[in-house]
Amino acid sequence: MMRLPKFTYVRAKSVREAVRVMADAGPDASFVAGGTDLYPNMKRRQQTPKTVIGLSGVRELRRIAGKPETGLVIGAGATLTEVCEHSKVRKGHPALAKAVSLISTPILRNMGTIGGNVLLDTRCNYYDQNYEWRKGIHFCMKKDGDVCWVAPSSSRCWAVQSSDAVPVLCAIGARVALASQSGEREIAAVDLFRDDGIDYLTKRPDELLTEIRLPATNGWRATYWKLRRRGSFDFPVLSVAARLWFDGATVKDAKIILGAVGSSPLDAHESARLLIGKPLTEDTIRAAADAAYKPAKPLDNTDFAYAFRKEMAKQYVARALRDLA
Amino acid sequence: MAAERREFKVIGKPHRRIDGVAKVTGATKFADDLALPGMLYCKLVRSTVPHARITRIDVTRALAAPGVKAVLTGKDLPIPFGILPVSQDEHALCLDVVRFIGDPVVAIAATSEDAAFDAMDLVEIDYEPLPQIPDVDTAARTPEPRIHDYGDEGNIHKKVSLVFGDVDEGFREADTVRDDLFFYEGNTHLPMEQHAALAQFDGDGKLVIWSSTQTPHYLHRALAKVLAPLAASHIRVIATPNGGGFGGKSDPFNHEIVVCKLAMLTGKPVKVSLTREEVFYCHRGRHPVLMRIKTGVKKDGSITAMHFQSWLDGGAYGSYGVASTYYTGALQTVTYPVKRYRFDGARFFTNKPPCGPKRGHGTPQPRYALEVQMDKIAEDLGTNPADLRLRHLVPANSVTANWLRVGSMGLGRCIETVVAASGFREKWHKLPEGRGVGLACGSYISGAGLPIYWNAMPHSGVQLKCDRGGGVTVFCGSTEIGQGSDSVLAYVVAELLGIDPFDIRVVTADTDLTPVDLGSYSSRVTLMTGNAAIQAAERARELLAKGAAAKLAIPESRVGFANRRVFDVEDPSKGMTFAEAVVAAESQFGTIGTVGSYVPPPSPGKYRGAGVGPSPAYSYTAAVCEVEVDKDTGIIVVKKTWIAHDIGRSINPVLVEGQVEGSVYMGLGEALMEEMIYRGNRNVVHKFPSLLEYKSPTTLEMCDVETHLIEDPDPNGPFGAKEVGQGPLLPMPPAIANAVYDAVRVRVDEIPITPDKVLKALRAKDRRYGPTKTPTVTWPEPIVVPPPWEGGTGKAVSGEGAKPIVIGAGGVRK
Ligand SMILES: Cc1cc2nc3c(=O)[nH]c(=O)nc-3n(C[C@H](O)[C@H](O)[C@H](O)COP(=O)(O)OP(=O)(O)OC[C@H]3O[C@@H](n4cnc5c(N)ncnc54)[C@H](O)[C@@H]3O)c2cc1C
Ligand code: SF4
Repeated sequence: MMRLPKFTYVRAKSVREAVRVMADAGPDASFVAGGTDLYPNMKRRQQTPKTVIGLSGVRELRRIAGKPETGLVIGAGATLTEVCEHSKVRKGHPALAKAVSLISTPILRNMGTIGGNVLLDTRCNYYDQNYEWRKGIHFCMKKDGDVCWVAPSSSRCWAVQSSDAVPVLCAIGARVALASQSGEREIAAVDLFRDDGIDYLTKRPDELLTEIRLPATNGWRATYWKLRRRGSFDFPVLSVAARLWFDGATVKDAKIILGAVGSSPLDAHESARLLIGKPLTEDTIRAAADAAYKPAKPLDNTDFAYAFRKEMAKQYVARALRDLA
Repeated sequence: MAAERREFKVIGKPHRRIDGVAKVTGATKFADDLALPGMLYCKLVRSTVPHARITRIDVTRALAAPGVKAVLTGKDLPIPFGILPVSQDEHALCLDVVRFIGDPVVAIAATSEDAAFDAMDLVEIDYEPLPQIPDVDTAARTPEPRIHDYGDEGNIHKKVSLVFGDVDEGFREADTVRDDLFFYEGNTHLPMEQHAALAQFDGDGKLVIWSSTQTPHYLHRALAKVLAPLAASHIRVIATPNGGGFGGKSDPFNHEIVVCKLAMLTGKPVKVSLTREEVFYCHRGRHPVLMRIKTGVKKDGSITAMHFQSWLDGGAYGSYGVASTYYTGALQTVTYPVKRYRFDGARFFTNKPPCGPKRGHGTPQPRYALEVQMDKIAEDLGTNPADLRLRHLVPANSVTANWLRVGSMGLGRCIETVVAASGFREKWHKLPEGRGVGLACGSYISGAGLPIYWNAMPHSGVQLKCDRGGGVTVFCGSTEIGQGSDSVLAYVVAELLGIDPFDIRVVTADTDLTPVDLGSYSSRVTLMTGNAAIQAAERARELLAKGAAAKLAIPESRVGFANRRVFDVEDPSKGMTFAEAVVAAESQFGTIGTVGSYVPPPSPGKYRGAGVGPSPAYSYTAAVCEVEVDKDTGIIVVKKTWIAHDIGRSINPVLVEGQVEGSVYMGLGEALMEEMIYRGNRNVVHKFPSLLEYKSPTTLEMCDVETHLIEDPDPNGPFGAKEVGQGPLLPMPPAIANAVYDAVRVRVDEIPITPDKVLKALRAKDRRYGPTKTPTVTWPEPIVVPPPWEGGTGKAVSGEGAKPIVIGAGGVRK
């Protein structure tokens, strides 16, 4: 059996207690919600926190409140099942409900939380391996080593942003609330991410993600498409979240986010630009889809051939847009 | 045989499994469920380099770590072992060279798994790197350094060349000759249960090991060899029920030997439970095979000659590889008559986990090549692929060009059944673009004709004991790996003794308590243990009949057995309970215990290499798959499979269907996604030794399956039964490949058929994706054996094989 390293577990009962324990414990501590990302990573010795602060007892993190029309608020500790089965999420934010329902398996969704999903470690199949395996490649830059095996001449890590919820949250313009000893701040979900496989979050380690604040649902439609080998279990290796505002038959504004083909969610600006001011026809869809080829930057560190994933960016953008036509 | 005589009470009925309740309630004890007081935990420190000389091992720090009780290195277990007598090339812990990432070097036993794990990092090993040989091409180009200092040449482990008749002449007689290359990527068994073993060494000098092994007898032999001077008679191997094996637990393994040695050294029970990653390193799975198949056919589709060549990537050790190599050339002849046949095969050593037998052992790869080529030939001839096959079937009770004796042969009925059920004739080449159907067939052995090591003893033995209380116990060395072999023993004995299968206690897979059965491999168990059980039960029946006849004052021939009663068949009201019959017999003869055993019939082939391929009976399968192919993404969805399997007779149709569906599932995974691949640029490290990233289908990818059982009892099978554990996998990859062609008219001549390969084929000028070249190998002087219809005797007339000698996978009977 793969074993967890030894650590001290502290179960927090409130947001205040959680951030206080974190401030006291310092950089060697980690929050844990469902543990479906953190614990496997700890077994592989990718993360070895000395103190783990459990959030499952923090009731205030689990609520889903408000109305889609004025802005739904989802607590970071709500489980993925709670999110994707919630009637207001399903009615008001079908794209988010779909993205969350496509995460892994029912068992994992019962355990994993939306907050943990948003903050999910970036992934790479040179990195998501156990300690002995990584020893065999002399480790890599993201943990214990100094080279990136995906792009050996590069000075950065290209591990992949692999959350299903993130592209949708970014496309629809959700905001997130972060709490720490020094107070609370709210930032746009897009601004939470950095294009770096190691330092992939702008959130400080001592900050607790408390809420995900969804925008009011008026006048736009969104959708989500996910490429993966199998219809269950698998992480995305390419995903597309698209949100369109219409003025009659004309696209008034557009946002298209590509997931799992870079270290952060990627904004396919050009694809969006090609749609604005135009009706959504097969021709405009094709043009926008073709423009998604360039920004997609898959590398050889996930399932499927990377050239195939890059090519599929076109197909999946087209499919997503057809959904909204 | 007892087979034909009457209506059956048990055979052919969908009885529950005798271990069913225990399995579904979690009561079954698998190896990892076992624990003994004071037990130590073992961890293996494995090589982190693919090929190197070990220059230094320092275990002092590890030995001093808290909780650590013993540390072993290769020097502690210097005797080599291996499953085949000709490939004794493994050491429990590497002696001086490591050959792949994952090769075990040091073993640690500690008071807890955590302590053993923590000590692993304290072991210091220095390596002097040797050139890495990641694949067959490199192995062919790099004779030195050799991964092993034995084998046919350089890094070629084994080379084979067999010729049956004048093949060149055969090609001249042909109207068309097709010459195709195919590649089948390696894949692994992926049993749900990870290997585990627990060893205990008693104060009286006796060793017991419980292990999830499919072959307790072969493990027993290997332990006796490496643990010498410990006598074989002091070693007891108990195979725990396997949570799936599929061939992945049929070699003796280093971790099994290591826990035995550690138990002997420490005097404490020692347990090892492998991680999933380590199971990937045990491997012994499907060989990656590159194949060239050249076939000459007449206008009517009859095959005038076939020349089959295979290049196998064997990985770092021999394992069953010599047998696997022969198997890639053995069964091409048992479906459609091949008038003249030549086979050349070569297996290479590479710095990867060793390949070996996986469900279908060595035959799914050539079957895929053959069945796709048949589809191409049908296309060339403008014939429906079903008709092409139906017109040319190997007749029942015949001998093939390579001297395999075929008994019952139900392939024709299988094809007709799936063609009718699927509407193949209405659909083939007629469905809208993107949708297609494909047909393919297969055949498999019901048990290898020869054992792994040459001997003249039974392949399977059964002891049967009748108790005065009416209880019956069946002892047999066979191993339950989920296929239902324990239940089959109970059904067979219950049928003959007229009792309920649940009245019977089955004791299996314990080398101290049960007579030898060679193991759960080569689809041999139902046929061989079934026949042995029939013999033992008939002998018991004879004694009971005598006892009852005396009591009833009727002739013995009038005694019948049914419904737990023993009675006068002419007046069934006259009789007694089964228990009373035992008492009557025991009063007359003393303790009632009988034995039965089974030896397969000799094969007509007498040449070197004839040991691989012969079987008491061949099963046949035909399948039609219907697929949907998305031309924009290349993604394939298999909608439905219709499959017909010639089982001879089903002992229990529910178990048979379970095996068929399991095979369809496994074949589907191999066809579409499973692959054991390595980072050639990064130390030949396995790309993703995990259940998440090694892609195997989930229930969502599984297609609908419609199973048809074709029953045509084979005279050599118990009640006519043939195998079903492996054969139904064979048609799946080619049926899917042929269906993809029907859907979008591209040939993907490489398994797995992934979406990017489909897209590449769609864009290729020749609308094909697949291998284009083969490595250069100097084939050995062929062994020439004339086929039966050219006056042959089954012996070689020239080449090395002119005199029969013992070969790797067994020997040749004179
Ligand atoms: C087999 C498998 C398949 C998976 N498939 C998918 C998939 O298809 N799609 C997908 O998107 N994900 C997938 N996941 C990833 C993951 O399990 C989910 O994303 C899940 O939502 C993570 O949530 P969690 O609560 O379990 O996170 P945890 O493991 O508890 O935490 C994840 C990270 O977030 C931090 N964290 C958690 N909550 C907070 C908080 N409130 N404030 C600050 N930091 C916090 C933790 O410190 C940790 O670093 C998969 C995981 C596995 C094991
Ligand atoms: S992208 Fe490079 S540095 Fe980052 S995890 Fe993968 S191999 Fe390591």
